[in-house]
Amino acid sequence: MQFISYLINGISLGSVYAIIALGYTMVYGIAKMLNFAHGDIIMVGSYVVYIAVSSLGLNPILSVVISAIACLVLGVVIEKVAYKPLRHASKLAVLITAIGVSYFLQNVALLIFGANTKSFTSVVPAVSVKLGGITITAETIVTILACVIIMICLTLFINKTKAGHAMQAVSEDQDAAQLMGINVNATISLTFAIGSALAAVAGVLLCSAYPSLTPYTGAMPGIKAFVAAVFGGIGSIPGALIGGILLGVIEILSKAYISSQLSDAIVFGVLIVVLVVKPTGILGKVIQEKV
Amino acid sequence: MTVMKKKLNKTTKSNLITYAMVVIVYIIVQLLVSGGAVSSLMKGLLVPLCVYSILAVSLNLTVGILGELSLGHAGFMCIGAFTSATFSKLTNGVIQPAGFRFFLAILVGAVFAGIFGLLIGIPVLRLKGDYLAIVTLAFGEIIKNIVNVIYLGRDSHGIHFSIKDAASLGMDADGEMIIKGPQGITGTPTDSTFTIGIVLILVTLFIVLNLVHSRSGRAIMAIRDNRIAAESVGINITKYKLMAFSISAALAGVAGVLYAHNLSTLTALPKNFGYNMSIMILVFVVLGGIGNIRGSIIAAVLLTMLPELLRGLNDFRMLIYAIVLIATMIITNNEKIMNTIRRFLPKKQAQPVKEETK
Repeated sequence: MQFISYLINGISLGSVYAIIALGYTMVYGIAKMLNFAHGDIIMVGSYVVYIAVSSLGLNPILSVVISAIACLVLGVVIEKVAYKPLRHASKLAVLITAIGVSYFLQNVALLIFGANTKSFTSVVPAVSVKLGGITITAETIVTILACVIIMICLTLFINKTKAGHAMQAVSEDQDAAQLMGINVNATISLTFAIGSALAAVAGVLLCSAYPSLTPYTGAMPGIKAFVAAVFGGIGSIPGALIGGILLGVIEILSKAYISSQLSDAIVFGVLIVVLVVKPTGILGKVIQEKV
Repeated sequence: MTVMKKKLNKTTKSNLITYAMVVIVYIIVQLLVSGGAVSSLMKGLLVPLCVYSILAVSLNLTVGILGELSLGHAGFMCIGAFTSATFSKLTNGVIQPAGFRFFLAILVGAVFAGIFGLLIGIPVLRLKGDYLAIVTLAFGEIIKNIVNVIYLGRDSHGIHFSIKDAASLGMDADGEMIIKGPQGITGTPTDSTFTIGIVLILVTLFIVLNLVHSRSGRAIMAIRDNRIAAESVGINITKYKLMAFSISAALAGVAGVLYAHNLSTLTALPKNFGYNMSIMILVFVVLGGIGNIRGSIIAAVLLTMLPELLRGLNDFRMLIYAIVLIATMIITNNEKIMNTIRRFLPKKQAQPVKEETK
């Protein structure tokens, strides 16, 4: 019984990782860059909801929508200002810029909100369901549901719409896509917009479950989600889901049964084993190197 | 033959400039310190500057010369710091004089970090690009995590070890704790001085510069430029990759030793040994110029000083740091701006080799 409740908690945390990992994986698939600032967008999204709910007293659902829109705009602005000039620069230059953006967001948040931990009011009512001997909180249910809905919508979007097809084409071959008349810049912006909006949602869910908010809140979940994305095979959307859930479950179970201090080490250890056995992640494509 | 000789002279000259630069800075700083022109804050920064310079040079060996992105460099520094601090605590007073003990501590830190570099390198270097980066990051985090659960103590029965808590060591009442889990090591002898730091920078430079210009160094760079072509001419890829990676790790270990013996308390926090630190070192390397050893040192010194120089601006300094990072990357990668800047620079600069984007 205990085990099942840990498992459900793990899936719930994993769902959050999966939503964040989606942002990583989509941006990687299309722009071929590691967006280190993605974790900090989670933090920004959480602060927006925090202000909307605590200071302005808005409806929680409306706040989440506002937060998603704010992050969407932020994501697009970051892409236009910081990443677009580096479209053809070396990978490392883009990585360093992303790190710079991450520092920037953290420090702006630090200036505005201070270093004190803000206690985040959950956007989900504090009710719980009892099933047999297991208590499931509403937050858990909402988180898992949100993840499932987002996954389904995103898969449909990518496979059924014109914009989704454009994304696939750009991720396959940017130059060829351009020749086919696809607006590559718009597609990349769209990807950042979707990824950032998802990060806002993930931030709200994360802070509802772990209600302490600081300017550095996003950093560790961001790294974990990045690991999840790599775990599942970076660039692959189902991979992000699998990687996220697995990571969440491993983290919670190792916290419960092995050691809470070593849980991060175990998570990273599993990642290493997976990558050594399967160097491109669980669902990653193997690209043959040509001479 | 004459062409060869000329080229050789050029590299030797360039190396000598690098060494001279370090020595001149050392002399100037020493003069300023004895003249009383250096604030105590800046004095406290001297050894960390050496630590960061060594880290930047050693990471440049992995990123610039070997061409692999590593985000776990702080992990090797952590190993060097903790093994050497443990060694110093165990032998403090046993091995005399203290200078010799510190010398041994440096060796211990370097050897342990190098061994870990080798062990980690074997699985990691099979991976490529971003996957390699994330796995090195993972290793760095694992090292930091594990160090935080180690308990080590010594009493009349010998050395006790546990990964649970201090009580489970079962030590005598007179026992002495050496590593106290998250509280780390306290009472490390503070042997690090600016002079030792400078000597270690020179040693690091000597090792790296000589490696780069040796047969092995050329093999390593051949692997970086084209792995398949290098393999086809009979270069042992694994051997040279591991060589560069473990030397880089060992040198990071040396930086760790310097770091550990600069403070009397050593703890493994996300701030000093986490991925943030690894990223900061990477920033030094990239801003200094990938593969440019001298640039690494300059960038490490300038970027460490920058937040301190901006101390007057207080809360805004890290924000400015972030903006400087982004702006530098955008400006240096913009052809138009760079061409304008180049017009004002002396002509002799070689055309920078464009890095191949994969």
